[in-house]
Amino acid sequence: MPSCDAIIIGSGTNGLAAAGRLAKAGRKVLVLEQGAVAGGGAITTEFTRGYKVSAVAHLLNLLDPRVEQGLDLKSHGLEFAATNVSTTALSPTGDHLLLEGSYGETISGSLSEADCAAWNDLRQKLMRFAAVLRPFKAMTPPRLGKGVGNEMLKLAGLGLKIRGLGRDDLREFMRLMLINVADVLDDELKDNRLKGIVAFDTVLGAHLGPRSPNSLLLLLNRLAGEALSIPKGGMGSVAAAMAKAVQALGVEIRLNAKVQSVAITDDKATGVILKNGETLDATTIISAINPKTTFLDLVGSRHLDTGMVRRAGNILMRGNAVKLHLALKGVPEFKGADLKTRLVIAPSVRAVEDAFNPVKYGEFSQDPVMEIVIPSAFEEGLVPKGHHVLSAIVQYAPVAMDSKARAAFLKRIMATLETYAPGIGKLIVKSEMLTPEDLEKQYGFIGGNWHHGELAAEQMLFLRPFIGVAQYETPIPGLWLAGAGSHPGGGISGAAGWNAAERILKMEGRR
Amino acid sequence: MNDPRLHFKKPLLTSPFHARTSALSKLNSWGPWGGYTTVLAYDDESMEYTAIRNQASVYDLSPMVKYRITGKDAAAYLDRLMIRNVAKLKVGHAHYTAWCDDAGKLLDDGTLFRRSATDFMLCCQERHLPWLLDSAAGFDVAVSEISEEIAALSLQGPCSYSVLKAGGFERVAALKPFQMADFKFCKSGTLTISRTGFTGDLGYELWTSPDRALELWDILFEAGALYGIRPIGTNALNMARIEAGFIIANMDFITAEHAVRGDRARSPLEMGLEWMIDFDKGHFNGRRALVEEKAKGTSKWALVGLDIEGNVSAEHSLIYHNKKHEVGHITAALWSPATKRNIALAMMQRPYHAERNGDLWVEIYASRELQYHKLMVKARVIPRPFINLARRKAVPPLNY
Amino acid sequence: MTAYDAIVIGAGHNGLVTACYLAKAGLKVVVVEKNDWIGGAAVSRSLYPGFTYSNCSYVSSLLRPEIMRDLELPKYGLQILPYEGGAVLQQDGGYLAMYRDHDANRREFARHSKRDAEAYDRYSRDILRHCRFIRPLLMRAPPDPTSFRPRDLNELMYIGKKFFDLSETVRYEMVRFWTMSISDYLDEYFEHPVIKAYLAVSAIIGTALGPMSPGSAYVLLHHYMGDVDGNIGAWGFARGGMGSITQAMSKSFAASGGEIRAGKSVDRVLVKNGRAIGVVLDGGDEIHGKLVVSNMDVKRTFLKTVEEKELPAAFVKQVKNFKIRGSSGKVNIALDGVPKFKALPKDSPCYRGDLHFTDSIERMEKAYDDWKAGRWSRDPFQDTMIPTLIDPTMTPPGKHFMSCFVQYAPPKINGGEWSDRDRDEFGKTVINQIASYAPGFKDLILHMEVRTPRELEREVGLTEGNIFQGELTFDQLLFNRPVPGASQYRSPIKDLWMCGSSTHPGGGVMGAPGRNAAAEILRDLKKLLPMSDAYAVL
Repeated sequence: MPSCDAIIIGSGTNGLAAAGRLAKAGRKVLVLEQGAVAGGGAITTEFTRGYKVSAVAHLLNLLDPRVEQGLDLKSHGLEFAATNVSTTALSPTGDHLLLEGSYGETISGSLSEADCAAWNDLRQKLMRFAAVLRPFKAMTPPRLGKGVGNEMLKLAGLGLKIRGLGRDDLREFMRLMLINVADVLDDELKDNRLKGIVAFDTVLGAHLGPRSPNSLLLLLNRLAGEALSIPKGGMGSVAAAMAKAVQALGVEIRLNAKVQSVAITDDKATGVILKNGETLDATTIISAINPKTTFLDLVGSRHLDTGMVRRAGNILMRGNAVKLHLALKGVPEFKGADLKTRLVIAPSVRAVEDAFNPVKYGEFSQDPVMEIVIPSAFEEGLVPKGHHVLSAIVQYAPVAMDSKARAAFLKRIMATLETYAPGIGKLIVKSEMLTPEDLEKQYGFIGGNWHHGELAAEQMLFLRPFIGVAQYETPIPGLWLAGAGSHPGGGISGAAGWNAAERILKMEGRR
Repeated sequence: MNDPRLHFKKPLLTSPFHARTSALSKLNSWGPWGGYTTVLAYDDESMEYTAIRNQASVYDLSPMVKYRITGKDAAAYLDRLMIRNVAKLKVGHAHYTAWCDDAGKLLDDGTLFRRSATDFMLCCQERHLPWLLDSAAGFDVAVSEISEEIAALSLQGPCSYSVLKAGGFERVAALKPFQMADFKFCKSGTLTISRTGFTGDLGYELWTSPDRALELWDILFEAGALYGIRPIGTNALNMARIEAGFIIANMDFITAEHAVRGDRARSPLEMGLEWMIDFDKGHFNGRRALVEEKAKGTSKWALVGLDIEGNVSAEHSLIYHNKKHEVGHITAALWSPATKRNIALAMMQRPYHAERNGDLWVEIYASRELQYHKLMVKARVIPRPFINLARRKAVPPLNY
Repeated sequence: MTAYDAIVIGAGHNGLVTACYLAKAGLKVVVVEKNDWIGGAAVSRSLYPGFTYSNCSYVSSLLRPEIMRDLELPKYGLQILPYEGGAVLQQDGGYLAMYRDHDANRREFARHSKRDAEAYDRYSRDILRHCRFIRPLLMRAPPDPTSFRPRDLNELMYIGKKFFDLSETVRYEMVRFWTMSISDYLDEYFEHPVIKAYLAVSAIIGTALGPMSPGSAYVLLHHYMGDVDGNIGAWGFARGGMGSITQAMSKSFAASGGEIRAGKSVDRVLVKNGRAIGVVLDGGDEIHGKLVVSNMDVKRTFLKTVEEKELPAAFVKQVKNFKIRGSSGKVNIALDGVPKFKALPKDSPCYRGDLHFTDSIERMEKAYDDWKAGRWSRDPFQDTMIPTLIDPTMTPPGKHFMSCFVQYAPPKINGGEWSDRDRDEFGKTVINQIASYAPGFKDLILHMEVRTPRELEREVGLTEGNIFQGELTFDQLLFNRPVPGASQYRSPIKDLWMCGSSTHPGGGVMGAPGRNAAAEILRDLKKLLPMSDAYAVL
């Protein structure tokens, strides 16, 4: 006799979001987490004694308001060390640009008036387009068919909204849909720092360079999120608040429970089998972990059709970002930059593109580009007094790196950092570099891709994670997907989990 | 020709039996099949057909595409691949089978031979290595393409057993249909004989290595001289197979991986292969789609046998209901010498294959002295196979 | 002074196609060409005594059969000769050939990978599916998706219906295909690097993209959707060089009463009260006409030939932002004999096909990295042909013409203009590459012409040397081509039309833009140019 209605595999933000949504609908939910803490990739780690830092993502951008409000994360302890975090486009000469407000609403620094005006126009245009796309994130991707359970009302509303852009905007929207960001930036702007940072933000976490077609779409996706914020206590606080919230709703979270396989009886998912041999039954099994792992390892090809095995195997999951943590015994000095901002090293579009080139051939960037956050500048208690911790996401590195390549890449990163923050090397107490391979090993991000499948045009919406399972439902009755590998993708968001739960409830109602 | 790069000088391979087949090919009528040049007719198509039904005929099967599947999980692998239950296929047996893509559409049909618990050979019309390899994920199994490593002959006809007996293979007497056994011949030669075939008659298929091919041929023709053994070409074989109601991939249905248009692929339910599907054996490729097709009754087509008025062969013809609405087309047809009927295999839109099969008409364009006569003749759906010969199944086989 | 019904600027293949259709419909048409010869980039030039060069475009597949038939081009001397496959020569001395025979081709693949040999049918099937979808769209003006006019809605419905005629899975696959890189796409079918390198070729030709750039899979389609006499995806030579195509067109045009004025460069389009009324030639002569059709690319037309004040500012900005970066160069060589490629067997039919030296996608992509950095590729990709092994009319017996299409060559070198020295170095790079596969090659060279984007712009007039008159990325395809809101061959200036490859469906010696433009012009004149659906069936 099953002890719960639904089992959710993985306690990342999407797993917890799905759990919360189902619990709110009265379902009895069990969440299984292989690690010792809930949160998946959204955790805070003490990478060396006395220094705490967000283990993977270090900025909150896309947290789904349905999750934040629906689970009332605030009352479960989610606090922010900073909201509306500004961004500094670092210059090696100290001639930085400061972007404030919602994605560069105002820019200070030595930016020409023409660029200021052009940026204003471009930003507003992109924001308008992003706003049109935003609602797609909060729904099950439509199927390209008739009578297939699409949310027709919602779709019609969205269609009207797109039409409502007006003729000129609509034309521009369709032109920009699959364009590369570099061309748009070159068309509109002159300033290399500004172009560099937008190019960088576009391709952050992607296996694309700014000159790659379809890249602008990723920027629109990013702009569809809220402003940047930093949770108090690191990203682990978000997961902790979510865990608390869902537990308050009656969800049980079992830690150290690694799922070995999905139990399938008479072609139905009927439970899961844990690594320790224990079998847990439920009528609904929801995988909030990587889709490739879900299908190829937990379900196994014996229960799948070959075309589907091919598709699962073909999901592109090239993660090329490295996570760098530096424990510093003093205050790093970025030539006058405000440490209570997001610091970005991406001096030009060309610099980002050049950094991308080597990774296509399995090599790392000689001149990497990166996003730096110094969480200890925003809140106390993460590190010993007077000390700091630097957290950086650095691109691009290949998945496979031997110890020599790791050392060499770290050297290149430090050389770059030294250019922008002279003397930083001498402050280092301890460093940790997580390569894509490390991220795969520690957090199950196959290929080191934190979206569990590249966020790219060919893997978005009804193509995510792959053709046939984009509506969270799998061909195996009772088995659902709810992870970042599904629409709308990763980031600390919970949207995929929430969408999946809503879809499950809707489809259950139909049965 | 030892340089593999020079294969382009001979785009069509010759079979291991070519020295014999070409010597006997009086008409010099050849056609391509699977990358080989094969005999369409040796000397007289009708006499070749007659040998199939009356004496003993030999058809060169070597161009058939062949795969070997071995390994601990070979049976489990094939069970997941095929619509038929492979667990029920005993060692030393073969069965006719088919396999589908995810949508439950046929990828091909073929014959599966089980040489041991863990060693299978699959013979089919089209090439499928990527599909077979990709299906192997998660199974302890090795798949290799061995088409050119095996020479094969099909010995068919009432006297085929007698010929084998005369050739020193009398042990085949014990073989039931779809059974096989190994034999030694000419000192070191190894031969596998299976009681299989594509004619609906008593017959055997003989499998050996290419270097022993000619010896095998000579043994058969020496032993068969008294029985009127005769080499047959593809044309005669095609007559026999239509009478037997057998289908051929990319002649009677388009294989799913070759179907460009969305509506061309066919499911086994549509091709009359439902008898072979084992829905209860656990998951197999296309199962979910087939379960749904069956449950919802969404099959659009049905392969049927037709008995058509008159004696003009109806190849490439369209079928009409009430002489007006197009409801299907002929995929293969002939005036059947064995049944003295004008028969055809036809792809019919449902429900005209059964419930509404009362008013069917076939539009035949008969070319007579450079001019086409358009015939609209009555047809009715009849069961397949069109012939049912007791000698095909008799154990021991009759000694003609 | 005679007033014409229509003035066509530029005697390229599309200009001539438009001119032919208009003349056939009874209009009085004049074509004005800046060069002393006609043909634009579809030319045969005699640059060395006794030799004819196809010195720009060099092969044909895309030229629409509808057009060949309507304009009776065979009657005026056009003959397309299919060629015999091709090969990639590998750095390790091996090669992969492509044969016209299905089985030979499979065995050739099997030499490299048995799996890939049996994957090719499914791959071809899938590509053909995409071709079937796109082909009927070539000869129709793209609808404006923002418009509510019945015609646009009808055309949108036509496309929608075609899309929904596909199975649901194929619909997704099509969307995916359009957005993918050819490298990722090929990875789903094939394992062998040389096979992937060969198949990726069509995805980069003429394009400022690398095989790893998303969107490159569509470009492949652009090169696969043609045919030679019904052989889908096949390519051929025009007998007598590519100029034979435009020569045949000009004869067809003359037979319909058209007039060509060569050696007359148009300085600007005459615009009066927002209407185009003629052109002003260099030197000041004016030609007047009821309408003006530009075969020039959209930048040259609107930024150099029309006064900015005549155009809406937004349109000017759109045109300025139109992407037209050239990516290729051309080396044309007169040879004393057939070069001997080390890798190829003596009588290999591959000599009569296209030869490539780039044996991996990575090498191809690295060649593109050079382009991005503003330099020509140090290890370039080449599509090399010896058409005279099939066509005896272009050279003296025993001598040969070799056409080397080379990528990548940027429109500017490190932000500056190409110099003669750059051009020569570029030529040397190409020759050295060939010579490393064909010892003694250099001794065979009688004459050569090296063309960089600079030469292409100067001589043919293609801005930035882009052979497609504009890049083939989605932001510049269909209703986005050349710019959103102007995809139906009309410009913001009344009676000024566009018919070049800058317009839908884009470049290649296809003629579709020219015919579509003519159809739109005639539609406005209430003369419908019917199109038979019988061509659309694949």
